[in-house]
Amino acid sequence: MKRTPLYDTHLALHARMVDFAGWSMPVHYPSGIQQEHIAVRSDVGLFDVSHMGEVRVLGDEATAFLRYATLNDPGRLKLARGQYNMLPNDRGGVIDDLYVYREGDDEYLIVVNAANVDSVLAHLRSLVADYACHVIDESATWALMALQGPGSALLLGRVVADDLTELRKNATVLTKVSGCPVKLSRTGYTGEDGFELFCHPTDAAIVWDVLTDAGALPCGLGARDTLRLEAGFPLYGHELDDTTNPLCTDFKWVVKDKPFYGREAMWGKPCSRRLVGLKLVDRGIARQGYRVFHQDGQVGEVSSGTLSPLTRESIAFAWVESQASEEGTAIEVEIRGQRVAATIVSPPFFGQ
Amino acid sequence: MNIPDHLRYTASHEWVTEPADGVVTVGISDYAQDQLGDVVYVELPETGREIGAGDQVAVVESVKTASDIYAPVSGTVESVNDALDGAPEQINHSPYQDGWLFRVRLSDASELTQLLDATAYRQAASEEG
Repeated sequence: MKRTPLYDTHLALHARMVDFAGWSMPVHYPSGIQQEHIAVRSDVGLFDVSHMGEVRVLGDEATAFLRYATLNDPGRLKLARGQYNMLPNDRGGVIDDLYVYREGDDEYLIVVNAANVDSVLAHLRSLVADYACHVIDESATWALMALQGPGSALLLGRVVADDLTELRKNATVLTKVSGCPVKLSRTGYTGEDGFELFCHPTDAAIVWDVLTDAGALPCGLGARDTLRLEAGFPLYGHELDDTTNPLCTDFKWVVKDKPFYGREAMWGKPCSRRLVGLKLVDRGIARQGYRVFHQDGQVGEVSSGTLSPLTRESIAFAWVESQASEEGTAIEVEIRGQRVAATIVSPPFFGQ
Repeated sequence: MNIPDHLRYTASHEWVTEPADGVVTVGISDYAQDQLGDVVYVELPETGREIGAGDQVAVVESVKTASDIYAPVSGTVESVNDALDGAPEQINHSPYQDGWLFRVRLSDASELTQLLDATAYRQAASEEG
């Protein structure tokens, strides 16, 4: 199994390690998922997300290439800004969701899900032949940490030389933490203010220690999952996959009206099913794969679900047939053979 | 890992007390609660239900996953730990005391001899983890 540069740090912190997409990753520390989750909502937490892949696209036609290969429009990005984006296939589905940062007029750094690094690289390389630019795998070049929570700007302000108050959401800046060069972006996937820190793998443990010594609580992938779910963000392999049309989700804003790869299969297609949020009315927890019923017929399936550590409500995403997807629709989730009442709601699942 | 010597165990990580007036108390081991992580929801059997050894009779859910609980012995459910309803985290904090799950009136006390003693369970858990 692959190890991030912070593997020894996680072991020293007595993390529970699990296999995630071929990586040995912390699912939680002794503090537990709930405490880690609450720390990010109320103060500040630190995640190792070095397992994620980085891909650099570089060359005269990098902008034209990415405008064609992705659903959002990287051409609209100012320098040192990032955007949420997706990579379509030619069957109306998604190969991966990703973050694209503009690092120069003709240079972009893309952050992709760990499980999809190979498929993203293979796909981009198959399309890039027609463009004057290169696709470079930098996944081993970068350690990546996410400092997340309402206290993250204050904490980071104490440990970096630069003034971060002017750093806007989705903006990036080069700075230093304890002498280590860090590319800092005001991004994250928790629904809170926060930053992601790209650094050299050999510096990762130093940066981690500085941030945790300053008060950030180490948080694992378990809390990362409950936080993104509560915030109403999709996770590839659950809400999105190579069969899901993003135009049938709340993330249709990502898809810009321009020529893009696979457009014919995606654009203007009727949505037979839609991605919705659910709240259980009765007790229980909806899990991935549980069946969703409306008026005695199955209308869909849960894609992710948990008990919200913040609100204590049972929340989920589900793909359901369009006629049952209206907000407020009373539906049922089958939990171990029992139908449990639930309502279609519009994420996020907590007040922001 | 705390595995008290005075209890008996199953390979599926339930513990069972010595019978008192024909009734045993059942819960999940410290090892099991540690593997699960934060417990947030518990489904317990109905009082009075007849259960057979090995039947799936309860569910303990952590943030991440739902875990089936099996009856270690056959008998009738005598009572359940209703306090877990409002405080499922007791299973994490006190797996052998406040975190107990249910009590069973034994129909066949000889089944207890089939269960693992603390030494055997310690061995089984260490091989798994």
